Amino acid sequence: MIREHEALVVGAGGAGLWAALELAKAGVDSAVLTKLYPTRSHTGAAQGGVCAALGNQEEDHWEWHMFDTIKGGDYLVDQDAAEVLAREAIETVIELEHMGLPFNRTPDGKIDQRKFGGHTRNYGEGPVMRACFAADRTGHMILQTLYQQCVKHGVKFYDEYHVVDLMTEGGELGDGGRCAGVVAYRIADGELVTIKSKAVLLATGGFGRMFRVTSNAWSLTGDGVSLAYRHGVPMQDMEFYQFHPTGIVGIGILLSEAARGEGAYLLDNDGFRFMERYAPKLMELAPRDMVSRAIVQEIRAGRGINGKDYVYLDVRHLGRKKIDEKLPDITDFVRVYQGIEPYTDPIPIQPTAHYAMGGIPTNLNSQVTRDRLNTVVPGLYAAGEAACVSVHGANRLGTNSLVDLLVFGRRSGQQMVKDVRGVGMPEVAADVMEPVRAEIEALRARPKGERKEAIRKELADVMMDDAGVYRDAAGLERARAKVAELRGRYQNVAVDDKGTTFNTDLLEAREVGYLLDCAQTMVAACINRTESRGAHSREDFPQRDDVNFLSHSLATKGADGSVELDYKPVTITKFQPKPRIY
Amino acid sequence: MQIELRILRFDPERDQKPHEESYKVEASPMDRVLDLLHKVKYEQDGTLTFRRSCAHGVCGSDAMLINGRNRLACKIRVDQLKGKRITVAPLPGLPVTKDLVVDMDSFFAKFRSVQPYLQPGDPDPERERRQAAEDRAKFDDTTKCILCAACTTSCPSFWAQPSYVGPAAIVNAHRFIFDSRDDAAEARLEILADSDGVWRCRTIFNCTDACPRGIHITQAILEVSSKIVEHHA
Ligand SMILES: Cc1cc2nc3c(=O)[nH]c(=O)nc-3n(C[C@H](O)[C@H](O)[C@H](O)COP(=O)(O)OP(=O)(O)OC[C@H]3O[C@@H](n4cnc5c(N)ncnc54)[C@H](O)[C@@H]3O)c2cc1C
Ligand code: FES
Repeated sequence: MIREHEALVVGAGGAGLWAALELAKAGVDSAVLTKLYPTRSHTGAAQGGVCAALGNQEEDHWEWHMFDTIKGGDYLVDQDAAEVLAREAIETVIELEHMGLPFNRTPDGKIDQRKFGGHTRNYGEGPVMRACFAADRTGHMILQTLYQQCVKHGVKFYDEYHVVDLMTEGGELGDGGRCAGVVAYRIADGELVTIKSKAVLLATGGFGRMFRVTSNAWSLTGDGVSLAYRHGVPMQDMEFYQFHPTGIVGIGILLSEAARGEGAYLLDNDGFRFMERYAPKLMELAPRDMVSRAIVQEIRAGRGINGKDYVYLDVRHLGRKKIDEKLPDITDFVRVYQGIEPYTDPIPIQPTAHYAMGGIPTNLNSQVTRDRLNTVVPGLYAAGEAACVSVHGANRLGTNSLVDLLVFGRRSGQQMVKDVRGVGMPEVAADVMEPVRAEIEALRARPKGERKEAIRKELADVMMDDAGVYRDAAGLERARAKVAELRGRYQNVAVDDKGTTFNTDLLEAREVGYLLDCAQTMVAACINRTESRGAHSREDFPQRDDVNFLSHSLATKGADGSVELDYKPVTITKFQPKPRIY
Repeated sequence: MQIELRILRFDPERDQKPHEESYKVEASPMDRVLDLLHKVKYEQDGTLTFRRSCAHGVCGSDAMLINGRNRLACKIRVDQLKGKRITVAPLPGLPVTKDLVVDMDSFFAKFRSVQPYLQPGDPDPERERRQAAEDRAKFDDTTKCILCAACTTSCPSFWAQPSYVGPAAIVNAHRFIFDSRDDAAEARLEILADSDGVWRCRTIFNCTDACPRGIHITQAILEVSSKIVEHHA
């Protein structure tokens, strides 16, 4: 049976839920498909805060926020997009409060704000209190609040439907075709469901699971990015992947930058606040790419704790009251997952793979674009971590992802509301799901073969070791060869579970396929960018090169499955690129 | 050390009824039960089925019955369980879909039934609504809920009467009833005064013990009950 809705949202994190609300409020027949129950989405794991220049604690202006975003992104940010982000941050945060979000409060009852890395007053003079927060569970509150509003507005959900393919009309999405809906796998019973639609939003989140040590959930496997790529949509700026400085050693669980925003120190083996060597003005509140590199440098210089591969995050001097009021969850993580008491002991941390600056290219209205001229793909939209507008450029500032979800979740919903009005429902052939059905059946039927878990693990190791905080030609070539080998082996992947009921074995195997697509383009884009900018740090090319590389990469799938790279210019409006010193 | 995991398994395509299976896995004291379940799934038997996502206790996917208590598999360590044998079963009281996966639809329907969203009485102001820190503190605890269902499915009153709205829904009603910005407490109190509402609570405290977020659930239920009494007086 072929169903239809005027508009579909794939993904129920912050971006997807806000878009769904706009559609529901406008009375558009729409639905959300999500492979997790909505409240399980990883937006709920976000901790520290969401920036908006409210000026509740001290003077602040959206122009300062815009500038910080651009400088933080090492001038690869599209400045028109950064302007939209910084301006609309204010109204969307206020709207969230109106929806009920329980922000922490100032003594006069306003939304409380705190410092965060790279957010400054007066174009870089010193840290500013801009991050609005609810303890260290800001993402949890955003996800809950938006889901509550969806309940209120009667949003229709297809819970635990895993989207496995996009449908097209009039050719592939890379050659002028239109997106015509999705094919989804109903997890409960393995049924494939086709849903036609005039507008499809991909809000499927990031792909941190391609790395060994990551803050990302198991479910963050780049599904939407990969599905669009398979139909000819490029992946933009894939070489820019953020490592967050403070992850729990070995397992990568995040300890929010809010800790440093509240005054925590980073210490080397001698108890020295080593950020003084790298960013004397902002110290621990320098942007993440710099702090992560500083930690790796300290470790390489033998100043890791007892010579090992980690340093300390120290919150002891903040005192119990502040820790309990402002950082309750992350200190609980430290107790549970490290068995350490943060009141009395410093916390061992190391960089953890955290956030994809790259993703599906879009314009300011979240319409997906497919080339260097920003030609729009009809019917397809992207928002949230899966998208690349680009507001984060080469390195995202803390709190700006949540802002991105709010601002562009809202914009994407509003744009879909407009666009569905003028067009008819697409036509799709009755057997449109055949290719993906065949893929899934082949996987289920293969008696034995490669184990998906081995492929995923080998991928995570090579990406961590050779495409991590620092990169060079030799390591990247190793990564390219390894990813190619794994892609070959993946052709023969087999699963134990052959059933149709809640078959997570099968779906995880598909997820490994998405990760392999993202890793392949990431490595290709890394190899080609022979400069260092933001999170992309080439030891063999340590300088930023604005002459050759002040441009976004676009990685498209070639006919033979290889990656084809193209570049498009960065939009510069107010701030000419300058050296990035903090 | 070696741990024996005894997992209650059920695949509706193969099994008439649930049965226990035993797996031996190598574990370290800091491993969490979720790590052990992954070891079984990835090294021994890929058909073992469970939900999980965040792996650090914030998404609510992997509540299950571990050594006889409802917990998040990703938040309970091997050393906390003491002993070389760990039993794992699906959450009690909900229909089992497969292995450790239960059908949560009825659970979420109850959540939705208590109007879990802000309903302010006044039009939205230009800026934020002001709220004193003391007023926010009144419902801080109940904002922490991750809808994992550990509380509701540990409650004997819910086992006895599955139509009972259950602790999780009451917690989420509490979150709005005590929010100074909200104006719909009456409607929610009406819903919870129903025969399947708060009066089914026998203050057994199982819910409070089970909550992985440390929410004082029984206290929240009592606060809601008092509000109902006050309201009817
Ligand atoms: C630990 C942690 C802390 C963070 N803290 C902050 C912070 O303080 N401030 C900040 O700004 N940012 C923070 N971030 C980043 C930010 O939280 C994320 O980038 C953001 O939440 C992503 O939201 P999203 O809506 O794009 O996707 P997600 O919330 O990841 O949701 C993805 C959705 O897509 C669905 N989905 C995926 N694939 C499929 C498929 N094939 N079929 C159907 N559905 C699918 C999933 O079910 C899910 O609903 C943090 C990130 C982490 C990991
Ligand atoms: S996996 Fe998210 S709570 Fe355990």
